[in-house]
Amino acid sequence: MVMKVYGAVFSTAAMRVFAALYEKDLEFELVPVDMRAGEHKKEHFLAINPFGQVPAFEDGDVKLFESRAITQYIAHVYAGKGTPLVYEGKPMATVGVWMEVEAHQFDPLASKLQWELVYKPKFGMATDAAVVEENEPKLAKVLDVYEARLSQSKYLGCDYFTLADLHHLPTMTNLMGTPLKKLFDARPKVSAWAADIMARPAWAKVLAMRNQQ
Amino acid sequence: MVMKVHGAVLSTAAMRVFATLYEKDLEFEFVPVDMGAGEHKQERFLALNPFGQVPAFEDGDLQLFESRAITQYIAFAYKDKGTPLLCEGKPMATVSVWMEVEAHQFDTAASKLQWELMFKSIFGMATDAAVVEENEAKLSKVLDVYEARLSQSKYMGGDCFTLADLHHLPVLTNLMGTTVKKLFDARPKVSAWAADI
Repeated sequence: MVMKVYGAVFSTAAMRVFAALYEKDLEFELVPVDMRAGEHKKEHFLAINPFGQVPAFEDGDVKLFESRAITQYIAHVYAGKGTPLVYEGKPMATVGVWMEVEAHQFDPLASKLQWELVYKPKFGMATDAAVVEENEPKLAKVLDVYEARLSQSKYLGCDYFTLADLHHLPTMTNLMGTPLKKLFDARPKVSAWAADIMARPAWAKVLAMRNQQ
Repeated sequence: MVMKVHGAVLSTAAMRVFATLYEKDLEFEFVPVDMGAGEHKQERFLALNPFGQVPAFEDGDLQLFESRAITQYIAFAYKDKGTPLLCEGKPMATVSVWMEVEAHQFDTAASKLQWELMFKSIFGMATDAAVVEENEAKLSKVLDVYEARLSQSKYMGGDCFTLADLHHLPVLTNLMGTTVKKLFDARPKVSAWAADI
């Protein structure tokens, strides 16, 4: 039975999962969830994710939600297929640190900025300049730490591409289409790392899913 | 060389790490960081955690930060010592889901409430009632999901106590000393689970 991802092609959280599946050359079925119609808040979806959020995931009798739990499951269970996205032993400890950094330092700020600068205009809502002004410098400080880290390490978690890098892709790609691109461009190591990971063939496949809709 | 935890005993993030070390009967040295004096923002500490937050951790030449990365390292590297805090194979996937839930669903609302109802009064600052009201409502919804989950599963991640439960302890304990305790008391499975852990 093929793996299923319940989600939407423009959901940044779902895109993390698609990216992991493409990196590992794994077959999957996308089960679209019509978020505009509120499908994700209805009983049959809440049975899959009680928090009413996408994505949700099934691999046989394994049923999961929370994008970063799903990507870690895929990375560990299918460790022998496609790109290695996690490691064993001590090197994984440092990969673990930078996965937490993405989730707790980068994502809260990047998500707020993405909402203001990418999603609100799409939905015909007005950007709140004060929110942008407050969060832009905070993101800049996080990227300063990334610049220092990437001067010592080829990728965030170690010298190889891992989930610590992959988890950034959806929100970062969105921010690159806004004036905040300048924050990345101003930092050479960050800029090179961003260009490198966004150029990965698996990521192009994820974006192609979006462009088909 | 003994493991070191750089932190403060009041820091809920540091407490996650201490809890893990005690569960596993592991020796460690506590290196206090004087946050009141801003020590966590100074060069020497930034070398351990460039984000200037506690805790930071050392095990020989391995240096880590982010409490949940530290607890997971300890749980894997010392899996044969003391309480098993993780599972192997497919059951770990479900533990992982509920670890993410603590980090992304529970902690955001709970930390805000802890700040308003506990830390602000310690620092002589005024509680913002609107923030409390908003986050109590959010936390209630999360706890409704927990109540349903705990009707099917003894602990959050499965039938054994794991990091998925442990990570809640510091903030949960703080909230139990505030009016938010009522939200836990109103839900029998959640209440029993909280008392147990």
